Order: sequence, then structure tokens, then C-alpha cells
Amino acid sequence: MLKYLLPLILFIVMAIFLAIGLGLKPNEIPSPLLNKPAPAFAAPKLQAPNEKLAAADLKGQVWLFNVWASWCVSCREEHPVLNQLARQQAVVIIGLNYKDDPAAAKNWLDTLGNPYNVSIMDQDGRIGLDWGVYGVPETFVMDKKGIVRYKHTGPVMPDDVQTIFLPLIAQLQAEAP
Amino acid sequence: MKPGILMLLLLLSPFAAQAIDSRQFANPEQQEAYETLTSELRCLVCQNQTIADSNAELAADLRRQVQEMLEQGKSREEIVQFMTDRYGDFVLYKPPFKLKTGLLWLGPIVFLLLGLVAVFFVIRQRQPRSQQGFGIPTLPGDKEVAAVTENGQAEKLAKIRRLLDEGDVS
Repeated sequence: MLKYLLPLILFIVMAIFLAIGLGLKPNEIPSPLLNKPAPAFAAPKLQAPNEKLAAADLKGQVWLFNVWASWCVSCREEHPVLNQLARQQAVVIIGLNYKDDPAAAKNWLDTLGNPYNVSIMDQDGRIGLDWGVYGVPETFVMDKKGIVRYKHTGPVMPDDVQTIFLPLIAQLQAEAP
Repeated sequence: MKPGILMLLLLLSPFAAQAIDSRQFANPEQQEAYETLTSELRCLVCQNQTIADSNAELAADLRRQVQEMLEQGKSREEIVQFMTDRYGDFVLYKPPFKLKTGLLWLGPIVFLLLGLVAVFFVIRQRQPRSQQGFGIPTLPGDKEVAAVTENGQAEKLAKIRRLLDEGDVS
């Protein structure tokens, strides 16, 4: 009996592990920034390069930090979703224009719409490095105290907005500053 | 292109790939630290390459960061800490021993022990009953023959003896 049962059990155990493995997303690396203060930055604005925006300026509000670039293919997929979210005015959306050509980036916003309250420039990728950015697009959600509460890797899809972003934003808006 | 030339070029390609961008340091210790660090940090875009091996832009940024920090006189530990603060343990090819990575580190040892236990039981099962626990198997002596006979195996043994004897004759 054991002679047949043992291989069967081994097979089932292996099958379970492999099935779990199939569902894993090795491209999504958990961010060590979660529940830590947002990394500081002070960078020129894309559409007003003489002005700077600092992370500290955003204290007291819930804000989204979306890493994007005009060369990024999945950003194009994500863009209408961000436009839609911006129209709801539920949250401040800051863009990090990552390793991009400013002219191409401005052109992108002019043609596809601008969901960002402000976009800042990170031409050499240093701000991205501080935020642990390894692929574009990435989206972070900060609470009123400036703590990173959520990170989304890859394009934000309409489903993600409904099931993750809007409930989280509502919860964070309700928190005391 | 002629196949010969193509083949030659393919054979040469590893040399082209070796030095992605070699950096020069004034201080040989820094050079060494740079080379070990970049070969221990994972490129997060192309997950199976170190940042020393990768052509990805992110890898280039991380190499630049390592170089700058070394030139500022930062220690190895400080640089590794800087990277894990931003990218997590995943950036390290050699993850630290933690509760979360315990299975990763101990898994192979556990499987080795399981294998040894299995081998032990298999060997024990294959040994004749009378010799269990006595190590080296020997040919059955009179004592064993007597024991086996009691178990009703006499006929078989007699047949074996006969066959062996016949073999000697021919």
C-alpha cells in the first residue's frame, strides 16, 4: 500500500508547489519603501523648469507618484486610466518623468492629455533610483504624513483603480493629517 | 555572409560582451571593491544578470551609483545597505540569512538529510533479516543455513548448492 501511496503523495506535494510557482510574479519585487517615509526629492517641473517641486511640499495631502516616460510602451496603455482618475479629483497626482527627453514628454502630455497636477523631471534617473524604480510605469501612494502606503508595478488598469486605488485613497483621505 | 565568417564572429562575441564599461579608479582597493560589488548586485530588469554583466540602463545607473559612493569613501556595507534600502534583499545575489530566506538556505541541507535517511532504510531493507544491524554482509554459513532451513528454505538452498557443484565439474 505504502509503495503506491508514497509516490502519489510526493506527486501531489510537487504539483501543489509548482502550481503556486505558476501564479507567482517574479517581476514584481516587493518594495522595501512600504510604510516608510517617501524618499526626499526637489526637482525641476517639466512644464516650468525654473520652478522646483519637493516631496516636503506635498505633506498634508494624499498623493500619487506615477513614474512615466514617453518612451515607455505600457505607459501609453496606462495613460487613459490616469486621465480618468484625474477627472475624479480624488487625489493629487504627481508624475516623475523618468529618463526622458523634455520635449518628447511635453508633446506626449499635449497629445494624450495631462493627468498630472505636476510632473517633475528625472533625466539621469537619480530620483528613480532613490525610489527603487526598476521598470516604468510604477505608481506609489503616499498618505498625508508622507509615508509610502502602496506600490504598484506595471501599468495601472481600470480594475486596479476600482479595487485598490480608490478604496485606499478614500481610507487615506479620512485619516488625520 | 559566409558561414565561416559568421561562426568566427559568433565565437568572438564573448570578448565583446566582457567589458561593458570598465571603470578606472585611482585606488586599486576601490577598483577591487567595485568589481566585487557589481558582481554581487542583481540587475532588477534582467533578473538573472549582475549589474556588472547587464547592458540595461538601470544596471548602468546602479554601476554609476556604486562608483560614486566608492569615490566618496563609502564602505562596502554602506553601499549594500543603500541598495537594499531601495530595492530590497532581492538586489543581492547572496541573500542574508533571515526567517524569510531560511528555506532557501536550509532547503538543500534538509533534502540531503532526507536522502540519507531514505538510503539508510533502503539498505537496511535489502539486507537479509539475520544480518540486520551487523554491517558487512557475509556468505551464509552453517548457522544461517540452519536458520533458513527452519524457515522451510532448505530445498532452495540444496538446489543452489547442486547448481554450484555442477558448475565446478563442467
